Amino acid sequence: MSDAPTNSTPTNPVEKLLRMERIPHIWCPGCGVGTSVNCFARALDKTDIDYDNLHVVSGIGCTGRVAGYVNVDSFHTTHGRAIPFATGLAIARPEAKVVVYSGDGDLFAIGGNHLIHAARRNIDMTVICVNNFTYGMTGGQVTPTTPYSAKATTTPYGNFEDTFNLPNLVESCGAVYVARWTVYHVRKLIKSMTKALNTKGFSFIEVIAQCPTLYQRRNKLGDGVMALQYYKERSTVQNGAPTVDVGLDYQSDIIVGEFVDKPRPTFMDKYNTRMTEILGNKFVPYEGVK
Amino acid sequence: MKADPAAVATGVHFIDGNEACAEGAIAAGCRFAAGYPITPSTEVVEHIAKRFPKLGGVFIQMEDEIASSICFQGAIWGGMKAMTVTSGPGLSLMMEHVGLAAMTETPSVFVDVQRGGPSTGLPTLPGQQDVMQVRWGSHGDYEVIALAPNSPQECFDHIITAFNLAEQYRVPVFFMMDECIGHMLGKVRIPEANQIDVRERKFTERPPGQYLPYEIYSGDQPEMVRAGMGYRIHTTGLTHDARGYPEMNAQAQDKLIRRLCNKVLDHTEELTLCESDQIDGSDVTIIAYGITARVAAYAVEQARQQGLKVGQLRLITLWPFNDRLIRDVAQNTRSIIVAEMNLGQMVHEVRRAVGDKVPVHLIDSAGGAIIEPETILAKIKEVVS
Repeated sequence: MSDAPTNSTPTNPVEKLLRMERIPHIWCPGCGVGTSVNCFARALDKTDIDYDNLHVVSGIGCTGRVAGYVNVDSFHTTHGRAIPFATGLAIARPEAKVVVYSGDGDLFAIGGNHLIHAARRNIDMTVICVNNFTYGMTGGQVTPTTPYSAKATTTPYGNFEDTFNLPNLVESCGAVYVARWTVYHVRKLIKSMTKALNTKGFSFIEVIAQCPTLYQRRNKLGDGVMALQYYKERSTVQNGAPTVDVGLDYQSDIIVGEFVDKPRPTFMDKYNTRMTEILGNKFVPYEGVK
Repeated sequence: MKADPAAVATGVHFIDGNEACAEGAIAAGCRFAAGYPITPSTEVVEHIAKRFPKLGGVFIQMEDEIASSICFQGAIWGGMKAMTVTSGPGLSLMMEHVGLAAMTETPSVFVDVQRGGPSTGLPTLPGQQDVMQVRWGSHGDYEVIALAPNSPQECFDHIITAFNLAEQYRVPVFFMMDECIGHMLGKVRIPEANQIDVRERKFTERPPGQYLPYEIYSGDQPEMVRAGMGYRIHTTGLTHDARGYPEMNAQAQDKLIRRLCNKVLDHTEELTLCESDQIDGSDVTIIAYGITARVAAYAVEQARQQGLKVGQLRLITLWPFNDRLIRDVAQNTRSIIVAEMNLGQMVHEVRRAVGDKVPVHLIDSAGGAIIEPETILAKIKEVVS
């Protein structure tokens, strides 16, 4: 398929990434997921990645629907298991860029085990986690990122559990690139996404996004615009901040920025190196499906 | 096409069923495997892990069976032939991705070296208790193919069959070994590569723009592509239309799910692998599969030496279940004994197919030890007396 516009009418540059026949999407008015996808499309535009060699894998949930809207080979898998699917796909297609696009509940609750191991192995993939602090698709339940005291349908008296600090968790598991932005920071998010897409190994971006329908409403935090105002007023950019310091509390200040950028050999790099060392010329490297 | 001569370990080997299974998978073109250690299946992936780096393949030991059972599907959509290997408890964890493979029509091979269950059960001892789980274990309606080998040689031969059927039918194919077959040492003759038929994945010849991933252009299978061919496909575990896009309503569900089931059920006859022996005019016929069929064959021989008219039907294809085959048996024998290492699973299928035509008896076992030939012989005598 050609990426070129078919007529002279000006087109939105993001359209070439989108399955336009599926628009309008399912996301609610004011939702932040679409903004992140817009940023992703613009980020891609700034890379040299051939769209035929870009694969997007999602799990289940609101953000899990991203795979269905991007006009590349895309896989909508099972709840929490986008990363292991993407692991097999990334190994099978060393020439491709594999992106996992999913939500906080999918990636860090049901999929937490897979995420930490993919980071440890340094599988060559970019994980974009839209963190809206809730399970949207099922109606607003508590997730591992829901801040203390925030209300969810399954924490009607306010959440009492501690939360994951996503950048810190992912860094400690071995991610080579870690950043966090809110959907207010569209330009910086695009820049980070571009960087992650151009990074070999396990890169991770947390995108803090509003869920007006459930999280905002249930906690009386107003609409999407009010969420963006909060992100604008309370976010501070601290590139290189120690991830241990970037945890979030309920409606607290938000530290955003690029926190980690330290390349190391990927899973396949290490596989090839080790096998070459031990097996010498008996080793036949996997070089992709012919 | 034929197997890759550089990969096939041609020759006569004295190896166990697990190793034979690994070698068969390699001969079939499998170059990716994801697994998690679990007794009594582990030797399959251990052997794969040793062999793959010399063959341009990749084995990855995943963090659990849930991950293994979808990781290999990612590799399949990347264009590789791939499998996962497990036993009962791992199989239970994989069920969600059996459904995904069925729904997305992913040509996937699941090797299940069965042990006694439920739960952790008998890790080192045999069972045949997963027969119904592979058929019904994932939620919803779907069909699978399941094969049960009864020797190390068949572990080699029929894992190749399993891979070929997976490519042909685009369904989950289960290779139902058990602890005894997996650990049984025996002579395995691995033929020359040019004697091994391997079914390559058939990719669509339609150009992008004139292709939909789940459209039926001919026959009852959609045409496959892999990621990276320029088709920009979408797959989903949701009920979907020919484009692979979610379409969630009763009509779309009816159309899709019936097709997914019928593309297997309509080919039951072609899919039936079995061995029948002296059933016509017998007083009793033993129906068994896997290790139990091997034991039963010995008991049948003993019975015949004692002048009894005993037939045997060994099922190699367990699913789809061939009712016609069983009804034919019932036409030509006076009674049936089903022997299986569980408390009665396939016997229900046999009874359903036979109706009240002839009595169907069961020799069961909770697993842990093979059913002894003496037990089968005694039952034969009891039934014919």
